[in-house]
Amino acid sequence: MARFSAAVAARAISLMLLLAVWEAAAWLIQSRLFPGAAGVLQTLFYEIVDGDLLHHLGATLMRVVIAFAAAMVAGSAIGIAMGLLRSLDALFDSWIVLFLNLPALVIAVLLYVWLGLTDTAAITAVALSKFPAVVITMREGTRALDRDLAAMARSFRIGPWRTLRHVILPQLSPYFLVAARSGLALIWKIVLVVELLGRPDGIGYEIQVFFQLFDIRRLIAYALAFVAVVLAIEWCVLLPLERHLLRWRA
Amino acid sequence: MTTGITLDIDEKRYPAEAGHHAVIAIRRLHAAISPNEFCVLFGPSGCGKSTLLNIIAGIDRDYSGTVRFAADSVPRIGYVFQSPRLLPWRTVRQNLELVLPRGADPPIVDGLLAEVGLADTAEFYPSRLSGGMARRATLARAFAIDPHLLLLDEPFVSLDAAAADRLRGLLLRLVAARPATVLFVTHDAAEAVTLADRVLMFSPSPGRIVAEMPIPIPREQRRDQDIDRLSGELAKLGQSSVRVVADSPISLGGPRRESRRF
Repeated sequence: MARFSAAVAARAISLMLLLAVWEAAAWLIQSRLFPGAAGVLQTLFYEIVDGDLLHHLGATLMRVVIAFAAAMVAGSAIGIAMGLLRSLDALFDSWIVLFLNLPALVIAVLLYVWLGLTDTAAITAVALSKFPAVVITMREGTRALDRDLAAMARSFRIGPWRTLRHVILPQLSPYFLVAARSGLALIWKIVLVVELLGRPDGIGYEIQVFFQLFDIRRLIAYALAFVAVVLAIEWCVLLPLERHLLRWRA
Repeated sequence: MTTGITLDIDEKRYPAEAGHHAVIAIRRLHAAISPNEFCVLFGPSGCGKSTLLNIIAGIDRDYSGTVRFAADSVPRIGYVFQSPRLLPWRTVRQNLELVLPRGADPPIVDGLLAEVGLADTAEFYPSRLSGGMARRATLARAFAIDPHLLLLDEPFVSLDAAAADRLRGLLLRLVAARPATVLFVTHDAAEAVTLADRVLMFSPSPGRIVAEMPIPIPREQRRDQDIDRLSGELAKLGQSSVRVVADSPISLGGPRRESRRF
């Protein structure tokens, strides 16, 4: 526990130092285009209380959540199937490699052209740009499944449901966590680009507006709010989940 | 209820894979095992003994031949593998509960854990168990399903002599309290003649049964000098039977009793 609070204290000091350096730099530069930390935090506060920040943040998070869930579910199902069936793997492996190397920008533009400037197109574009990486990670996990444990499950005739729940999923969960964490890191960057290209709301759209207005203070405030939410998801949801799922490794 | 088994395996072949030729693991293997018999499969490493257990357990269905059980219903089979094969992400108790048939009484798990000396470590994850404790857990797991048939694949091979000895004693106590037909694989002659009612001797690959040796002395009356003498005989039988090419296995000792209880 003592080590834990020391680590938290070190992190807090490091963060304060960053804010101090930022503030000092802004004071030296004295430019409207390089606002200081205090000014940005003040703007952030006003935007939350009086402005539209929460509305745009909500719209973006909704897209992140749906795209993330869709990419994880579809990617896991197809990755596991490809790991199990060699024929399926041979058939689709090159498709996956192609999709993996297709820039997210291209996917977004094509979907906006084909489906119109809709939320469906935006969310599909974000999900599709994450999807191949999930497939590859889950396929790897499926290939690494322990044959000895599978034979044990079969010889004791524990049935497909209990085999899945107690034998297979615990082996896949580390791979699933890797896919989830790297997936979140990727998706929340892509979603801003997709919004900027073709949505009338969301953090990405607002950043475009502030860019055109050269309103750097609000631009940074919006970005900070979004980063804070994503970090909170990482620290408050994904990390504890990982600790819980992998507790037997201690 | 226990079950007899009739084995008629014509051939078990592992197909050729990259860098490996096709291997015939078993050829023309015939044997009958009586209900409640403690039967040891004895032979050199790589002669197809484990393959045979996997065929009997239903894990390996890719063979030609038949495995018939005398029991009316599909027998419950408890399998103790060469490595423990416990789920590392489940506690010892959860590992046992996993294999219980639906509707089974969970308290039998506690009884079994106490019997094998793991009552205090029931909530441990397997990574915290010693080799001997993991073996005890796998024995308890095999008995948790109230098996008609027990398959043991060199279960004590990685333990030191004293620990293996204690576990052999534990196995015999468990079998005595819950009669079951037992097929025990080993390449250790002393272990074979310590445990067996009857030893079936395998040829080197492709495996078939080339000789059998009933042990005439009741198990609890076997003294150390009996074990030494019997394992000497078994080793000699192994050398001579390798040269035997007859299709029917040679036999030593008197007529086999149909069923044995202990």
